[in-house]
Amino acid sequence: MIPEIGQFALILALALAVCQTVLPLVGAHRGNTAMMGVGRTAATGHFVFVAIAFACLTYAFLTDDFSVLYVANHSQLALPTLYKVSAVWGAHEGSLLLWILVLAAWTIAVAYFNADLPDAYSARVIGVLGFLSVGFLLFALLTSNPFDRLIPAAADGGDLNPLLQDPGLAIHPPLLYIGYVGFSVAFAFAIAAMISGDLDQKWARWTRPWTTVAWLFLTLGIALGSWWAYYELGWGGWWFWDAVENASFMPWLIGTALIHSLAVTEKRGLFKSWTLLLAISAFSLSLLGTFLVRSGIIVSVHAFATDPTRGFFILTFLAVVVIGALVLYAWRAPSLDSDAGFGLLSRETFLLLNNVLLVVAAALVLIGTLAPLVVEMMTGGKISIGPPWFNIAFLVPTLPLIVLLGMGMHTAWRTQKTASWWRLLRIPAIVSLVLGVVIPLFIYGRISVLLVVGCSAAAWIVISSLIQPVRSLLREKGTAGIPRSALGMSVAHLGMGLFVIGVTVVSAFGIESDQALQPGESIEVGGFEFHMVGLSNVRGPNFSAIEAEIEIRRDGEFVDTIRPQKRQYLVQKSWMTEAGIRAGLDKDLFVALGDQLGQNAWSVRVQYKPLIRFIWLGALVMALGGLIAISDRRYRRSGRESEARTRAAEAAA
Amino acid sequence: MKPRQQRMLAVGLAALGIAIAAGLTLRAFQDNMMFFVEISDVVKGNHPTERNFRIGGLVVGGSMQRDAGSLDVSFEVTDTACTVPVKYTGVLPDLFREGQGVVAHGRLNDDGIFVAEKIMAKHDEDYMAPEVADSLSKHQQDIQKAVVKGSAECGTSDS
Repeated sequence: MIPEIGQFALILALALAVCQTVLPLVGAHRGNTAMMGVGRTAATGHFVFVAIAFACLTYAFLTDDFSVLYVANHSQLALPTLYKVSAVWGAHEGSLLLWILVLAAWTIAVAYFNADLPDAYSARVIGVLGFLSVGFLLFALLTSNPFDRLIPAAADGGDLNPLLQDPGLAIHPPLLYIGYVGFSVAFAFAIAAMISGDLDQKWARWTRPWTTVAWLFLTLGIALGSWWAYYELGWGGWWFWDAVENASFMPWLIGTALIHSLAVTEKRGLFKSWTLLLAISAFSLSLLGTFLVRSGIIVSVHAFATDPTRGFFILTFLAVVVIGALVLYAWRAPSLDSDAGFGLLSRETFLLLNNVLLVVAAALVLIGTLAPLVVEMMTGGKISIGPPWFNIAFLVPTLPLIVLLGMGMHTAWRTQKTASWWRLLRIPAIVSLVLGVVIPLFIYGRISVLLVVGCSAAAWIVISSLIQPVRSLLREKGTAGIPRSALGMSVAHLGMGLFVIGVTVVSAFGIESDQALQPGESIEVGGFEFHMVGLSNVRGPNFSAIEAEIEIRRDGEFVDTIRPQKRQYLVQKSWMTEAGIRAGLDKDLFVALGDQLGQNAWSVRVQYKPLIRFIWLGALVMALGGLIAISDRRYRRSGRESEARTRAAEAAA
Repeated sequence: MKPRQQRMLAVGLAALGIAIAAGLTLRAFQDNMMFFVEISDVVKGNHPTERNFRIGGLVVGGSMQRDAGSLDVSFEVTDTACTVPVKYTGVLPDLFREGQGVVAHGRLNDDGIFVAEKIMAKHDEDYMAPEVADSLSKHQQDIQKAVVKGSAECGTSDS
């Protein structure tokens, strides 16, 4: 009964989403306030019914209702409750429902928190978001219904993929989806602006916080995915340039460009059409990512089972959205540009370069991801592009990006006087170069050109991000003197610096070693001794495991004991590696059990990973920067008051 | 800067960036592209000799051997028509099993043994790398039989 209620709720949500699309858009066109007003009500109803459907599916999981096909395939009686909840989005149908729920939640957030938007504009935004909802609801109902029944019901379920039975992966998809789907708001704002043909600096100020929120969730989602891959896939890498990772990374790169371009549009009224194009691209790439994951078209560890109908539906939807948006863009964008100018040495120039480089970086990732498809279509040959290519190609745009970032932060809008600029930046530049030599040489005892470049670049970003906050701290005590948005920028860039130092050090000094090991034996990796004390059998709720006890010593001194496991999940009979990790800010020591080599011996992979935590810490700090930036006061004031103050502020500046 | 100049600058920079990127992409593509070669083609000798390539198929039942206490492992991979022996040193992925799909990166040595640098097994019960699925369905033999016995008859050898 409950699953049927869920199904019915989903159909009602579709009907309301159609109202939410058609009535506000027509109303805005005709200037009919009553019709425009329907948008918000319909959006609320749409959200409520999607939430009911989602709750019904969750209920089916919690009550082990194996008469629902999706539940029978992805859950099991002995599955811990946490994973019964996360199993809701553990596979295609349910994760699509989560996507729909998140989209509906973003829609009502926009409808209620943006009360000072002009009515017609707000109605158009809600209408465009409604259109996207209609697409995804149709997708769910026509090709991927999570409430399909299994008759007769199964006695027990097929269990959730053991890889997904992990707290990190339980919250990874929601975070990622909030980010992905969040770009639909920027997209809707862009479409609404193009329909009305009216795009001013206020538009950018409305769009900015929404974009930043989406971006910060996407940042967290990607970082969490990377962390999960590191400890759960078992092999200690943190980024594999896997097609599905790339699918989430491309919207991130374009979203980052969008945030920077929006800053120019808000402050100076420039780059308008470019900003629109980025807003369209960021969301289109999110859709493309969905297409890549859902269609099974690309070889990937993440890909869901192949299903051509689903791929075809998403591709059609993608085509409608992208082509529609681009046609509107081609028609409207030329009338939007302003003719304000800026000097060669100015923040505008740096932000322009930032945008060009980020777009090039995203284009490279796109080329590498789609090349296997293109080659297969043209020649029939099946190729794959290895991570080495991505590693090299990606450095080309990002190295200059990092160097320019440190400069751009300290460059004034319009024009910057060269002399004062140089006076401010020369000492940080010299210190960074010195640190770039000192860090690798004296801490890690080895040096190379790439190391100096990486460490200098990281030091350069960290120092230049700190200049402004430290100065304001010294002068006025407390950060009241520095606006939240500027502080947010500094913090986010600081996070970037931490990330770069982590990547540089771990790729240069990380050690991986596959060896054979048995109880009583020791091996040495990275100056640490790993001693296998013994092996034992342990049992979990739905798995049994062999656990190794491994003592880590350095120069005979005890450091820690870690317990890597090899688990066998009882239902799917599949083996899973649960790595043993001694985590630390300065380094991770990592042991994973491989295969049993005869009696008692095991192959193990032992790793020494210096500063790897900085990679995720950096991402966390970036997201924190985003959070600080959106708390800026200017996003909170109501419309009229805000305009008055902005004008006053601009007059004063 | 005048808007016109701005636009020229933007276009110029974008063109430059794209040109550099395109150049590097093409160059590096050559070195990092890895072809998937069907096992039947490997057996016929239609495979790259100077560079790594990928093979994929099913691990033949009972073919896996390893020396006790060593990381060296050997097994056979079949596309149901032909079979190639594979050697690998290191840790095998969790989902590596006899009778299941596998993809290997590496090259063929002079003895006709595929020396793998990397082994990948499917990550999900329902999932098989599309290229492996294609290759298997093309050769269309009784998969059960092939998994147990290795190759039934290895195509019309024209080498």
